[in-house]
Amino acid sequence: MADFMQQVVVGLSSGSIYASLALALVLIHRATGVINFAQGEMATFSTYIAWTLTTNHGWSYWPAFAATLILSFAGGVAIHQGVIRPNEKGSVLRVVIVTIGLLLAINGLVTLIWSGEVRAVQSPFPTRTIDIGGVAISIQDIGTIGVVFATVVVLWLLFQYTKVGLAMRAAAVNPAEARLVGVRVAWMLSLGWGLAAVLGAISGMLAAPSVFLDPNLMAALLIYAFAAAVLGGIDSPIGAVVGGLVLGVGLNLLGTYVDFVGADLRLPGALLVILVVLLVKPSGIFGKTEVKRV
Amino acid sequence: MRQARSFAPIAAFAALTVVVAVVPSFVSAFRAQQFAYVAIYLIALIGLNVLTGYTGQISLGHGAFMAIGGYTTAILVADHGVKDVWTIPIAAVLTGVVGFLFGIPALRLSGLYLALATFAIAVSMPAVIKRFEGFTGGGSGINLFGLPDLTASLTPVTILGQELTFNDWLYYLCWTIALAGYVVAWLLLRGRTGRAFRAVRDSETAAQSSGVSLPRYKTLAFGISAAYAGVAGSLFAIATTFVNPDTFPIALSILLLVGVVVGGLGSLVGLIAGAVFIQFLPIWSQEVSKSPGAPAVVSGVVLIALMFVLPMGFAGLLARLRTLTKR
Amino acid sequence: MSSGDVLLRLDGVEARYGPVQALRGISLEVPEGAVVAVLGANGAGKTTTLRAVSGTVRRSGTIQFAGKALHGGPEAVARAGIAHVPEGRGTFTELTVVENLRLGAYTRRERSLDADIDRVSKWFPWIPDRAHQPAGTLSGGEQQMLAVARALMARPRLLMLDEPSLGLAPMIVREIFRIVRELNEREGLTVLVVEQDARIALQSADTAYVLEVGRVALAGPSDELRENESVRRSYLGY
Repeated sequence: MADFMQQVVVGLSSGSIYASLALALVLIHRATGVINFAQGEMATFSTYIAWTLTTNHGWSYWPAFAATLILSFAGGVAIHQGVIRPNEKGSVLRVVIVTIGLLLAINGLVTLIWSGEVRAVQSPFPTRTIDIGGVAISIQDIGTIGVVFATVVVLWLLFQYTKVGLAMRAAAVNPAEARLVGVRVAWMLSLGWGLAAVLGAISGMLAAPSVFLDPNLMAALLIYAFAAAVLGGIDSPIGAVVGGLVLGVGLNLLGTYVDFVGADLRLPGALLVILVVLLVKPSGIFGKTEVKRV
Repeated sequence: MRQARSFAPIAAFAALTVVVAVVPSFVSAFRAQQFAYVAIYLIALIGLNVLTGYTGQISLGHGAFMAIGGYTTAILVADHGVKDVWTIPIAAVLTGVVGFLFGIPALRLSGLYLALATFAIAVSMPAVIKRFEGFTGGGSGINLFGLPDLTASLTPVTILGQELTFNDWLYYLCWTIALAGYVVAWLLLRGRTGRAFRAVRDSETAAQSSGVSLPRYKTLAFGISAAYAGVAGSLFAIATTFVNPDTFPIALSILLLVGVVVGGLGSLVGLIAGAVFIQFLPIWSQEVSKSPGAPAVVSGVVLIALMFVLPMGFAGLLARLRTLTKR
Repeated sequence: MSSGDVLLRLDGVEARYGPVQALRGISLEVPEGAVVAVLGANGAGKTTTLRAVSGTVRRSGTIQFAGKALHGGPEAVARAGIAHVPEGRGTFTELTVVENLRLGAYTRRERSLDADIDRVSKWFPWIPDRAHQPAGTLSGGEQQMLAVARALMARPRLLMLDEPSLGLAPMIVREIFRIVRELNEREGLTVLVVEQDARIALQSADTAYVLEVGRVALAGPSDELRENESVRRSYLGY
């Protein structure tokens, strides 16, 4: 039983990381109707920035973390205003290709600036475990879950209780009507991209200590995030969080207790989740089944 | 007037055929091989265009169809002694059927969801191939080099009195099939099927109310596009003389979609430019700078810039030139 | 409260949707404190006229608001003091009633909007009871009223209503126009209303313009228009 609880906590920890990136994808999809294929690479870039600040410039962890979030936010806004917005009027595919171009360019940029070597990243949390009710739980796992939880709560407060948050929600669901009440919709969408970049950065920075830092840090994570977003419902922020946690715990338990699954069938497991959900209920757990208006 | 209008595309096509026939005499064997790959991509793009450009169904998984075609050829040639050329139609039919069958559950998915589903399939393909080791040779793949059933691989082959080495043979094989495939697609899309496809893309509800059977045409489109991808995959296997799970990665599927959008959706003409683009972009990017990571940056920036400059792809550019010359 | 000065003036305004010319030179005036109606058949350009003012569609020609040239997109026009209630209400169906109202006051800087919500609730007393319901659960008539309430939250100088009667029962339409008329009389709110239902529009408005194929065909005080032969035959049915 203790072993089981331990695995659940580990699963929640990786699930939090999936949830954060999935939330980023959902935010952008809700706001601009696009899947940002470059979300993972943007997160990788942010993680490298944090790494550079701490390793090459001697910053301590949390100030570097905060600075990275601010820079990521600015980057997200800049990308939306500079590259996405001019293409929004065209077909969805045009924007998809643009995000693919971003994926390539940012991935290449990371290698160009920091080289492709694999680096070890220190965790801000102590690596020892503490004993809770007989179960050995790693502080790093608790820390990871805590950071993502705090982020989600802050975002929720932002969306529910602030003027800006309300404007962002309005811009996402009814951009034309939002304009009529004076909301600068384009900037609200950019804010969405900025927040998504922040979420991605958090995801990357939390994942790096365990998976090591290299240009392909987020490639696999992006797929887990897709699975989480599809599972929870591609337009549902709650869904992204729940989906991420369920996926994290589920995959971990499967990997631990079901023999032939093993560690390296996790990724296909996530892909299978995508396919099964799309086959059975495309809108996911929390999504509304699309009523096709004739 | 009608005579003159239908003359132009036929004349252009004839000119293209002549150019294609003559090129190998002027270029090195290496270049000929590169152009052969252009033809292979063209075949895959024609198929993908039928699906995405004409019926509006987005696929990020056509690399997986290519894998099916490629492995069909590899297994038949290596394990069953079938001559490589005969495996091509088999690959086409097999992949076409798989595509058609995939089209059935795909009917329930629209736009983004379909893109994600096809993406998931394409990403899992390498792992699935590895899993069925007995069949596919697993991670070590299947080698075709030097096998007697691989035409011209050891000794040059003689066609119509001409002696062709492997690269030239490959070039003519691929382009002949590409041009034939082009004509077939053109005929198909001109007629009733093409109109039905376009109706589905423009408005599913309108199409349905006009009596167009959505399931039939959408699954048909999947089948046709898969068949083309299967042929492309088959030729790809022949060209690289080797297949393993990493021969058809997710990057290939993404590249194909890029090719179709850059070429211009819904039009056959720009596709040649699209195929040239996806074959040569990585190479040109390397020529700009060889520092690690730089080619990717160049490719990415070029891609983004193209969407700004040519939002309708090369086909859009050609259409604009045509209206300019009409004045 | 009517100062009689012209609050909104359109001069030779043209607008097109792609190749289709929707407005072929519209000129009209809305005096401050008045209720002005724009009538016409479907496709005459009534909705496009409002869209031209709010900057939702590209247009040429002069539009002056409170003496100054009006340009820019809907965001700028809203900030200038014009509230546009579009065709189909434009309520944010996924947001609650209160959230819709708060959005109405987006251009205002006040920290607390409670006073404004109270003020608006006086006109629509059912609002406080349904405050936290999603706007999509309201009936068509209630959504129309919510849209007007939302517009009022901005304290606009000009209220533009696009086809408020669309899809609503006659009794509810009368109620809405009664409220609009009262808002005008008691608070001096200037109103420009586009309507298909000519009868109720002419009853509630001071002056009216009749559009045909993108041009102003007739204009004048609503009493006169009501007596006009062609108006009676084409739009009033007798």
